[in-house]
Amino acid sequence: MTDKVYGKEKWIQGLEGLKNDYKIYVPVKDGDFHAFMPMSEGKAPDFDYDNTRMSPKAVMYPESERLFEYSLDDADPEANILKESPKDFSPRAIVGIRPCDAHGFQIVNRNFDNPEYRDPWWVRRFGSTTLVGLGCNRPCSTCFCTAVGGGPFHEEWLDALMVDLGDRYLVKGLTDKGEGFLAKMTGGTPADEGAYKEAEALAEEASQKIVSSPPTDRLKDQKTTDLFNAPFWEEVAFGCLNCGTCTYLCPTCWCFDIQDEVFGKQGDRIRNWDSCMFPLFTLHGSGHNPRDQKFQRVRQRFMHKLKYYVDKYENGVQCSGCGRCVRYCPVNIDIRDICERMNNFESA
Amino acid sequence: MENPYVPYPVRIDRIITETEDRNLKTFRFVFLNPEDEAKFAYTPGQFAELSVAGKGEIPIGIASSPTEKGFVSFTVNKVGLVTTYLHNMKEGDVMGIRGPLGNWYPWDEMEGKNVVIVGGGFAFTTLRSSIVYMLEPENRPRFKDITVVYGARTPGMLLYKDELAAWEQRDDIHMHITVDGTDDPDWKYNVGFVPAIAEQKITSADNAIAIVCGPPIMIRFTQPVLEKLGFPPERIILSLEMRMKCGIGMCGRCNIGDKYVCKDGPVFSLAQLKQMPPEY
Ligand SMILES: Cc1cc2nc3c(=O)[nH]c(=O)nc-3n(C[C@H](O)[C@H](O)[C@H](O)COP(=O)(O)OP(=O)(O)OC[C@H]3O[C@@H](n4cnc5c(N)ncnc54)[C@H](O)[C@@H]3O)c2cc1C
Ligand code: SF4
Ligand code: SF4
Ligand code: FES
Repeated sequence: MTDKVYGKEKWIQGLEGLKNDYKIYVPVKDGDFHAFMPMSEGKAPDFDYDNTRMSPKAVMYPESERLFEYSLDDADPEANILKESPKDFSPRAIVGIRPCDAHGFQIVNRNFDNPEYRDPWWVRRFGSTTLVGLGCNRPCSTCFCTAVGGGPFHEEWLDALMVDLGDRYLVKGLTDKGEGFLAKMTGGTPADEGAYKEAEALAEEASQKIVSSPPTDRLKDQKTTDLFNAPFWEEVAFGCLNCGTCTYLCPTCWCFDIQDEVFGKQGDRIRNWDSCMFPLFTLHGSGHNPRDQKFQRVRQRFMHKLKYYVDKYENGVQCSGCGRCVRYCPVNIDIRDICERMNNFESA
Repeated sequence: MENPYVPYPVRIDRIITETEDRNLKTFRFVFLNPEDEAKFAYTPGQFAELSVAGKGEIPIGIASSPTEKGFVSFTVNKVGLVTTYLHNMKEGDVMGIRGPLGNWYPWDEMEGKNVVIVGGGFAFTTLRSSIVYMLEPENRPRFKDITVVYGARTPGMLLYKDELAAWEQRDDIHMHITVDGTDDPDWKYNVGFVPAIAEQKITSADNAIAIVCGPPIMIRFTQPVLEKLGFPPERIILSLEMRMKCGIGMCGRCNIGDKYVCKDGPVFSLAQLKQMPPEY
């Protein structure tokens, strides 16, 4: 056990000392919001935050990423042959990540690392990243992690967990990866009984603060076609602008597009995040579009998260309860309400 | 770790213009690295992503049969960005193919059965692959009667005309070629829509399995014909199309319910489709 207690200054100094071993991402105040940024860029970490506006998904899976490059120069004997773009898979750590966002990575991992195919970029980054969590002392009104298998101090998907005890952090190693990270840290004193007691009280207090708890118990038993044909989709989708904010901010949305871009005689094949909220997502070359209408796209988002994923993986819903989509949707579409309607639906 | 996004480099070996409107061309590819051919081992019904550097990738059904060695071929309809660019490429040009992808026709189940094939328009590609595969002398005894109904708008719009004519001559396959209409006085075959010809020519569903590929309207009208003949939904097999990118079930765009057409399909039985949301 390497559980330790660090004074807050000492913790940050310790992290700075690891710069040669890890690329460290931390929450940083950026305008009105927080975002995960590399510590090396001179930004001071701010661990006294609710959550970042963007999920940390981009650290593992960038919004836009070059996959291949190639020459289009006919004089080049290798012209038109794709070469994998060089990438840095050296160790990284996300320090201060919320347990819900670590859950998000676990969910996305099921898509990118499966028995049939492994996405090489995701798999390598996921494998080389250490997740040092930070327990949530003051969950927001939009949080519902406890309804989807997590909790503000849930340790399952983390390599280490920090608990903010006011003037110091209790830091627990949870996996070999996490222990390895902490072993390299300087400073800290072995964790004492008192620190654990304080942490337990904070955890208890935090879970009490989570008030919303959409039911998910019947989703699995609902018939797919019944939910698909449920009468509420038009109403649910009515206000939606198809802006894509929900899918963009979501730590558990993984859909992407692949595009080629050409610069003179050089070209790249690039992968970009995409969204089921956009009509182009499913537009066929023939002009036919199976999700031509807005309500069909909204239905797809919720059916995927709360029914198709549930059936496919038998491991809960495709949602970590982070509440970002609830908080930032310009028209207040609330996944908690829709989850409840789907769960409690009685077909005629 | 194997990277499933890497295409095998290929050279365009031959381009054949198939139809009178010149909108359909067959591309025959040869692998630049001969050892890649064995890695690209496929089964009729599968597809691949054709990769054109600078333009992108498109999912296209494999039109050649695994019994044909030394090349792979695809028949491409000109509709948009990549297909138009491909139509302007020349023999000798280098590009890529990634795959094989998706599932295939239920060959194990088809063994020992009468096989009925119903195709329309340019969706005949993987059906061509299947017919060539079944007619291969070492495979032919594995199947009972083979009946094919294939139609296009006009005689000039039929794919693989020379092969169709050769199959017409054989007695181990019953060919029923049809066109929607023609003013060609020399036209030797049927005139009429595929579902109507299917109704006339397919006589029994006994010990038979039907594979149907074509435009949505043809599928819609063929389905009741087959059901009336007594084909249960488990023995009506369809191949679907969706907009695709990754082809390996990761990019999320080709789903119908919890199935990805690229990985769990493109081949589904009607019985399976009846359990899925009608969103395709
Ligand atoms: C399993 C499977 C098998 C198939 N088999 C065959 C086959 O054997 N033969 C065959 O011919 N076809 C086949 N298809 C269909 C084929 O994949 C499509 O016709 C092809 O992908 C069209 O590609 P494109 O680039 O030419 O069209 P696109 O350029 O994608 O054109 C489609 C339309 O999408 C829009 N669009 C596309 N990209 C953009 C963009 N960046 N910005 C704005 N608008 C955009 C445009 O409006 C365009 O008109 C198959 C499909 C599947 C899924
Ligand atoms: S954020 Fe709200 S309005 Fe925008 S696409 Fe999502 S549900 Fe619709
Ligand atoms: S669906 Fe909403 S609440 Fe759930 S993980 Fe995504 S952004 Fe968070
Ligand atoms: S094409 Fe990407 S999931 Fe099917």
